[in-house]
Amino acid sequence: MNERPLSPFLTYRFLYTMVLSFAHRITGLCLTIAALLLTYGLLALAGDEGSFERARFFFRHWTLQVVMLGLTIAFFFHLSNGIRHLFWDLGHGFEKIQARRSAVFVIIATLLLTGLSLWLAVRSAGGS
Amino acid sequence: MSNQRPSGSGHWIAQRVSAVALIPLGLWFIWSLSTRADLSRPAWLAFIAAPWHAALIVAFLLVALMHSYLGVQVVIEDYVHTRVRERALHGLSTALHFIAALAGAWAVIRIVQGGAP
Repeated sequence: MNERPLSPFLTYRFLYTMVLSFAHRITGLCLTIAALLLTYGLLALAGDEGSFERARFFFRHWTLQVVMLGLTIAFFFHLSNGIRHLFWDLGHGFEKIQARRSAVFVIIATLLLTGLSLWLAVRSAGGS
Repeated sequence: MSNQRPSGSGHWIAQRVSAVALIPLGLWFIWSLSTRADLSRPAWLAFIAAPWHAALIVAFLLVALMHSYLGVQVVIEDYVHTRVRERALHGLSTALHFIAALAGAWAVIRIVQGGAP
């Protein structure tokens, strides 16, 4: 059997490291929306009581609470994976084993930090 | 493909510098938000009006928007391959980020100056 080369995209084995790579983009785009939500919050606070109450109603609506939990996950994922990217930029961690290990580390860090901030938020909201 | 990026390395460096700055700024921001889930309006105004907090929140928002702007630009260039559409989306992104930066900074300045009681 002659060994003819495959097209490049077929030569890559599907790995969770690829999922992470794509997720970095997706979470980044989600965080653009988060930045716009922050801008809205600041504008509402700079306005009068009415604008503040409207923003409070908006942010406290359960759909927004779910969205914000998602954005918190996106934030911590993008942060941890971004640090991983910075290490790559410095030339560290390129070995396959290292890349997979750091991928697992990113996922664990994301879960832990999200859990921590969720706990802090629930606690500061008076356990409600 | 695109001549919208006169300096590729400048873009690359700006993306990394903003990324590094966002590590402490972002952690400070999410900490501040998580520990203040139930503040009243006066309490929020007092929190943001404190000079250090005002500076940090403006720095966080502006650096985050800069980082976002650079990232969105790369995503557009990677997935949009029609010149007209690329230009249009890039223009839209530029306007959105610019307006958000101006509006956010203006809001914080107003809060610091103690606008509405």
